[in-house]
Amino acid sequence: MHPVVPLLTAALLFGVGVYGVLVRRNAVLLLMSVELLLNSVNLVLVTADATVRAALPATGTVFALFVIVLATAELGVGLAIILRLYRLRRAVAVDEIPLYDEPLDEPQ
Amino acid sequence: MTVADVLLTALGVVALGSALLVVSTRHVVRAGLWLVVTLGAVAGLYLVLTAELVAWVQILLYVGAVVVLLLFAVMLTRAPIGASDDLDRQRWPGALVGAGTAVALAALLAGAYRDTEVALPTPGTAERIGAALFRSWVLPFEVVGVLLLAALIGAIVLSRPEDN
Repeated sequence: MHPVVPLLTAALLFGVGVYGVLVRRNAVLLLMSVELLLNSVNLVLVTADATVRAALPATGTVFALFVIVLATAELGVGLAIILRLYRLRRAVAVDEIPLYDEPLDEPQ
Repeated sequence: MTVADVLLTALGVVALGSALLVVSTRHVVRAGLWLVVTLGAVAGLYLVLTAELVAWVQILLYVGAVVVLLLFAVMLTRAPIGASDDLDRQRWPGALVGAGTAVALAALLAGAYRDTEVALPTPGTAERIGAALFRSWVLPFEVVGVLLLAALIGAIVLSRPEDN
């Protein structure tokens, strides 16, 4: 088995994810691109586990499992934020969200 | 070229192609469905690399839970059903940075592992992973439990309706 094949796949997948994060405007699509990034990192970890003789056994696989759990937690909170945002602003386009509230009552 | 190499290449091509469709399709729902293909292909890569437990966790958690959550979010935010043209910002800066990242990482990894060839480890890793997890990584495992609880409470607090 040539480990360069899955490693190159992971590198290109990371590039695709970076493109998605930078280009997508819809917040849900942004989260999908983040999942691509996390998957490519997991692929590197699992490949390293099959390739490199580590001091502790199965470390890469354990790390991959941790990353999957963290990704799930991140996605839960991220979706809660997106739904909250949608309820407040009626928009999920990340570049249309004002970063501060306009003051409602201008001082006279 | 061994059988494993052929399988890895084929699954890698499937994963990359569907990932490109995830970030370029003009239908929000189809992006989620292409994500299923990508995640499934990556799970296949894990299987070939003899990490079955990670592969099944990937299928259960990612394809089973994460994609369903994402599709729910698509529905709850009333995403357009048909094709929409305003999903993307200007493309070339993102394409430049993404391609640069991919080329840099690929050059680094190809330079390090170009001529390496290893024998795949024996399959049947669940027992080994369990031993590693509960012998060497018990403390992170417990911390991850606390983090999941925190994320759960955070999501509940964020999605609670306003009291006023």
